[in-house]
Amino acid sequence: MTDVSQARKQSSPSAGGEGFDLAKLLLEGRAFFALIVIIVVFSILSPYYLSVANFLTMASHVAIFGILAIGMLLVILNGGIDLSVGSTLGLAGVVAGFLMQGVTLTWLGVVLYPPVWVVAVLACMLGAVVGLINGVLIARFKVPAFVATLGVMYMARGLALLMTSGLTYNNLGGKPELGNTGFDALGFNRLFGVPTGVVVLVVIALIGSIVLNRTAFGRWLYASGGNERAAELSGVPVKTVQISVYVLSGICAAIAGLILSSQLTSAGPTAGTTYELTAIAAVVIGGAALTGGRGNIRGTLLGAFVIGFLSDGLVIIGISSYWQTVFTGAVIVLAVLLNAVQYRRRSKLPSATGGQPTSQKRGKAEPANPAQGKTAR
Amino acid sequence: MKPAADTGPATGDAVLSARNIVMSYGGVHALKGVNFDIHRGKVTTLFGENGAGKSTLMKILSGVVTPTSGDIVLDGNLVSFSSSSDARDRGISIIHQELSLAPNLSVRDNIFMGRELRTRTGLDFAEEQRQARALMADLEEDIDPMTLVEDLRLGQQQIVEIARALSVDSRILIMDEPTSALSATEVEVLFKVIRDLTSRGVSIVYISHHLEEALQITDYAVVLRDGAITATAEARDIDLEWIVRNMVGENFDLGSPPTGHEFGEVALSIEDVSVVDTSGSGYSVVDHLSLDVRAGEIVCIYGLMGAGRTELLEAVAGRVPMAGGRALLEGEDVSGLSIAQRISRGLVLVPEDRQRDGLVQTMTVGRNLSLASIEEFARGLFLSRSRERELVEDSIRKVTVKTAGGNAMIGSLSGGNQQKVVIGKMLTTNPKVILLDEPSRGIDVGAKAEVFRLLSERAAQGLAVVFSTSEVNECLSIAHRIVVMRRGRISAEFGANATKEQIMAASGEAVVA
Repeated sequence: MTDVSQARKQSSPSAGGEGFDLAKLLLEGRAFFALIVIIVVFSILSPYYLSVANFLTMASHVAIFGILAIGMLLVILNGGIDLSVGSTLGLAGVVAGFLMQGVTLTWLGVVLYPPVWVVAVLACMLGAVVGLINGVLIARFKVPAFVATLGVMYMARGLALLMTSGLTYNNLGGKPELGNTGFDALGFNRLFGVPTGVVVLVVIALIGSIVLNRTAFGRWLYASGGNERAAELSGVPVKTVQISVYVLSGICAAIAGLILSSQLTSAGPTAGTTYELTAIAAVVIGGAALTGGRGNIRGTLLGAFVIGFLSDGLVIIGISSYWQTVFTGAVIVLAVLLNAVQYRRRSKLPSATGGQPTSQKRGKAEPANPAQGKTAR
Repeated sequence: MKPAADTGPATGDAVLSARNIVMSYGGVHALKGVNFDIHRGKVTTLFGENGAGKSTLMKILSGVVTPTSGDIVLDGNLVSFSSSSDARDRGISIIHQELSLAPNLSVRDNIFMGRELRTRTGLDFAEEQRQARALMADLEEDIDPMTLVEDLRLGQQQIVEIARALSVDSRILIMDEPTSALSATEVEVLFKVIRDLTSRGVSIVYISHHLEEALQITDYAVVLRDGAITATAEARDIDLEWIVRNMVGENFDLGSPPTGHEFGEVALSIEDVSVVDTSGSGYSVVDHLSLDVRAGEIVCIYGLMGAGRTELLEAVAGRVPMAGGRALLEGEDVSGLSIAQRISRGLVLVPEDRQRDGLVQTMTVGRNLSLASIEEFARGLFLSRSRERELVEDSIRKVTVKTAGGNAMIGSLSGGNQQKVVIGKMLTTNPKVILLDEPSRGIDVGAKAEVFRLLSERAAQGLAVVFSTSEVNECLSIAHRIVVMRRGRISAEFGANATKEQIMAASGEAVVA
């Protein structure tokens, strides 16, 4: 990471505001550089890696994690955690699969075949309800987020297994005469050659960016994640914000569930197991702080691409899945390590009001500071 | 600025000396060649505004940080400390401003944390307990060593912290703001302990924002300004005015009540308000209290810690629920409203602890300033960046925040400027009533005066101001009316011409001789 400190030295003579923005870019740059390295290395190791077809395939894998990760980012910005997204993904897929088979209303003696858009909306509403349960447990009943979402994770997974008795819905195609075809459009099909899942990811990322940067809700989220007490005293509706992020995370999980079952053309109750951890990893690699208040969509997307491109690359060059797990873990640890270094640096930086170009010493002076943090009790 | 070459009283008397200490953080010089002596068996007080470099100097002398250049002389020998535990082994201990106790452990375990007494098979709890009890007896605190620290009052926790420093047989004890959380009686005890320690040959370095208090206990006074020593003297030769003059470099006072404007209607009416202690004891911390404040009036609420000032202000602002009574803002009952609703109606609170309740550390100065008035620059669903920038720049100018700009991180500001941001954030909402809980806490005299000037300007424009304080001097500055709180009730009310003695007597505080 000598690049980072080098560039910081150059930046510091400039005005404080610009210097900060550059530091922010460099923070995200780290994940970006990692992605470049991954692409270059695997392109050298495998002739199949660097091709448009492969990139689109990998991108459609990334779409699932990316969408989960954006929902997770909102929760993590709030200072929470959502362990239930993988199960919610599975449950939403199963419910969609169930609806595609037709709903038998025994007392009327009819079988309803809802059209795909209704199925999609219902699945998203289900995700929202799961998120609402999380949010209410956490915001109203003060259950720690880790425990609340852990419990909901088990419940959602259990419900998915109950609904299918552990089996998988393989027939999601629908029938033209029933008017419920088109499930494959949710993730399997391509729009101008791009998998629809990727298109959905891009749309969600754009909406997410706008919400975070340009709306009052985004500002409230950053504020309440940075310091909930201060935000509350400033009139921020912290409870509403807290509940909302879990609802949004649940909706993102449901959307990911729809896309995944469309990609796989089947809906299984165990889909998405441990995906919540991948999503958390993507957010962390993207530079967000688990303590809340720090992070953004760009970083999170990069994080999702780093994980996705890395694991697919390892598959392509034929490395055993056990080693893949080890590599992914190492990347996560490295990312968190660098985050810690970066945030400590930033908080220890002296006021930019000095303004003199005497910053050559800054790099030398800094190693003393971490020690200060440790020993000052 | 040239550092004072004169090192003050005879150096033979110095047990620990700093020689030409320079400390630079990047391009910023926190200390510019400081010479400082700690006198054997005496109390040396270091005076200075926030950011003058007091804490940095103390961290160097206690081995927490290594200076950029300069020497440390201990008992006439050149030394360098590799760490704070190295310094502690040589008999130098520091009690930091922020308590560093583990609330979940007992007093005994905290005192012996990190240097537990061992037997061959494990820990010698009996001996630890005996020593802890002896220390508490020395400090005249009736605290059982097995009490959990979280069950102690803040002042008692401070005593535990002091006991811990004493338990390692320190020859030199550095106390950074030890009295900020203590009641008057506890301060008395602490001073007795300090005198006892000095008579046993322990050298004390004392740092405090309570200048009068520090002047009572100290033998030597050293004033630090902008990283350089500006004056040293023996305490018997100087007075309060000398300290203040050397600290800020000019004569000034905290202002006087603004005149020349008529008070308006009653802006805030507190009627029969009670607040019950949150720890569930059922004890009323605010007890059927009523108070009216008119537009343009500045009311100061004076009281000791635990008098119920914070609870009263937080209840009125909607932070904690009222057990009884109501608060009216311009005649409208706001008791049932949320904090956000009270803010939009014009009732705002500047909280006591700006780090915990006032600032969002992860955000910039500008975003902190605009946080309470987001609807001011919201355009439909979206926020207008240009409107926000105007708002922030306007606010920075009005409350005179010294910052590189709205994009600077909030952590880059000094304490006083951070406090101005918290106040500015609330003033940006155009309130009718502003409540400030200890607005001067932990900020230097210069910033204090600026904050008070700002408040009197706004009062002259019709803002009703209520601020609480535990420093009598501040009551006698800009307040039109002084309300003294004692045990949750108003024990007395004075006009601006009250005397310190009257106020302190009404608060139940013994006037320290």
